[in-house]
Amino acid sequence: MAGRVERANSASRLGTPLPLVGSYLSKWGLPVIIGIGIIFPHVAGNYWIDVAVFWGIYVLLGLSLNIIVGEVGLFNMGHSAFFAIGAYTTAILSERFGVSLWLLLPLSGLAAGVAGYILAKPIIHLRGDYLLIVTIGLNEIIRITLLNNPLGLTGGPNGIIMLDQFRIFGHAIERPMDFYYLVWAFVAITVFVLIRIQRSRIGRCWNYVREDEIAAQAMGIDTRWAKLIAFTLGAAIAGATGTVFAAKLVVISPESFTFMESVILFCIVILGGMGSIPGVILGSAGMMVLPELLRNFAQFRMLFFGLALVLMMIFRPQGLWPSRRWTTILREGEGE
Amino acid sequence: MRAEEQVLLKLNKLTKNFGGLKAVDVFDLDVASGSITSLIGPNGAGKTTVFNLITGIYRPEAGSIEFDGRELIGRQPHQVAKAGIARTFQTLRLFENLTCFENVLSGQHCRTCSGIISSVLGTSAQRREEAEVRGEAERCLKLVDMWDFRDELARNLPYGYRRRLEIARALATQPHLLVLDEPAGGLNEKESADLMELIQGIRDSGITIFLIEHDMQVVMGISDWVAVMDNGRKISEGTPYDVQHDARVIEAYLGTDDDDDFYSKASAGEEWEGEGRT
Repeated sequence: MAGRVERANSASRLGTPLPLVGSYLSKWGLPVIIGIGIIFPHVAGNYWIDVAVFWGIYVLLGLSLNIIVGEVGLFNMGHSAFFAIGAYTTAILSERFGVSLWLLLPLSGLAAGVAGYILAKPIIHLRGDYLLIVTIGLNEIIRITLLNNPLGLTGGPNGIIMLDQFRIFGHAIERPMDFYYLVWAFVAITVFVLIRIQRSRIGRCWNYVREDEIAAQAMGIDTRWAKLIAFTLGAAIAGATGTVFAAKLVVISPESFTFMESVILFCIVILGGMGSIPGVILGSAGMMVLPELLRNFAQFRMLFFGLALVLMMIFRPQGLWPSRRWTTILREGEGE
Repeated sequence: MRAEEQVLLKLNKLTKNFGGLKAVDVFDLDVASGSITSLIGPNGAGKTTVFNLITGIYRPEAGSIEFDGRELIGRQPHQVAKAGIARTFQTLRLFENLTCFENVLSGQHCRTCSGIISSVLGTSAQRREEAEVRGEAERCLKLVDMWDFRDELARNLPYGYRRRLEIARALATQPHLLVLDEPAGGLNEKESADLMELIQGIRDSGITIFLIEHDMQVVMGISDWVAVMDNGRKISEGTPYDVQHDARVIEAYLGTDDDDDFYSKASAGEEWEGEGRT
């Protein structure tokens, strides 16, 4: 331990930037990945393009849950409730009133965000596993409410069929390839926004709350406010993703928003590395794409899953791509 | 007593019970502006409880806490920090998985205001604020002589530096009053001496210091005023010299059993040598 600190103190260490995620990716990695991403749908079959679309949707959901679980450390295992609120808001308003999906995207986000705020407000002071249990309860309440077809709005177990699509200059986005570009464009925007937040005053205060709530309070941070903002924002992004999901799936029914779905989202964040954006992308690949690759062994899929999680917890508990701290060296370099 | 000095923090008949235990029992104390005031007493005397009452972690059953003319009781801890009282903890509470620089940045949170939207858009006001915040954090880290460690994770630091980092973090809130809970706890002699110098430097920069300490060399060496607590009550206060020669204080620390060696030392006016824990 002491040796490590001494090294940190020496001039050589301070002169050279730490090998950070950002510096690895920005040089060659990122352009190459984006290039592959653009070419991919032209070489892959429709089946694999669809897998990539769902991967993108899970990345969006994982990113939204990562704000709550990864950045602030609030154990929310009922996240698909907010996803459901967004998807149903979209399906109902689109089918009944013909509202454009472009308008429904922020509207669904708003609906889920408001719901997240109202539902989280009375429970946000709970810690760790207590909060986890309550959020599982919320997930079930929302799902069963949808199942019971309140006011004839949700269509009960059959759900709602939504025929509208995103349209760009009258051109409906229906083909898997179009959808692929749409979803990953949303991912790119979300990642940009979240990186900006992560490195701002708000993102830092979330991390302080996660690390030590009492110390954060003593430093003048309103921790309740910080947690509520994170919960609301996470719910809102999940809700907006619900719009994309509804457009892709056409049929929206309660079975898409089960507790199991929330567990998968939770695993994405834990598997990838709490608070790490590239971790979420990798984690969703692990949870979505890998099962597709293992389709031939469908009966054993859950077995592989369980085994992978156990091995992860033993050998790499910090996640596939753990979050790294930004250093002042990098900050100064960027400022120039 | 010290009528000529301005009082920054005024504790008035403060009382706090835990079940049947009177942790703090009708406790009065004035902390003079610009002073280094120490609170000493045997373990379990209620010193840390007093600190937790001041910083809003506990709410007292009775009494008032006046800071800079304003009542503090009923305020949340973050509001107390914003009002200008920064603290450190007896058992260190650093943000372990963040860098030293980020730890210190936390103090600036309550002095800034940019929100989510301005951060996403990167408005010029937000960027200006961010630059100011970093400048302030840099100043605080340099003040405790830890700028070289800025990118090191807090959990990797040796103990003495962890104590200093906590002080830097508290200073970054730009407080009027710095409340230190056993800052010298676990430090060796050299580190204690450096710490005393640091605390005096902070006081000279205009920040009032209120500290709990067991290390008598530190307390007697730097304090302008010392208050002694036992069983939740204030049993004595005065200049370090007065307190050292107060029979009630000696009794609280050593019991009524006569200790010839100690008495001879005390009456000869010798300094105590860090035997506070006995």
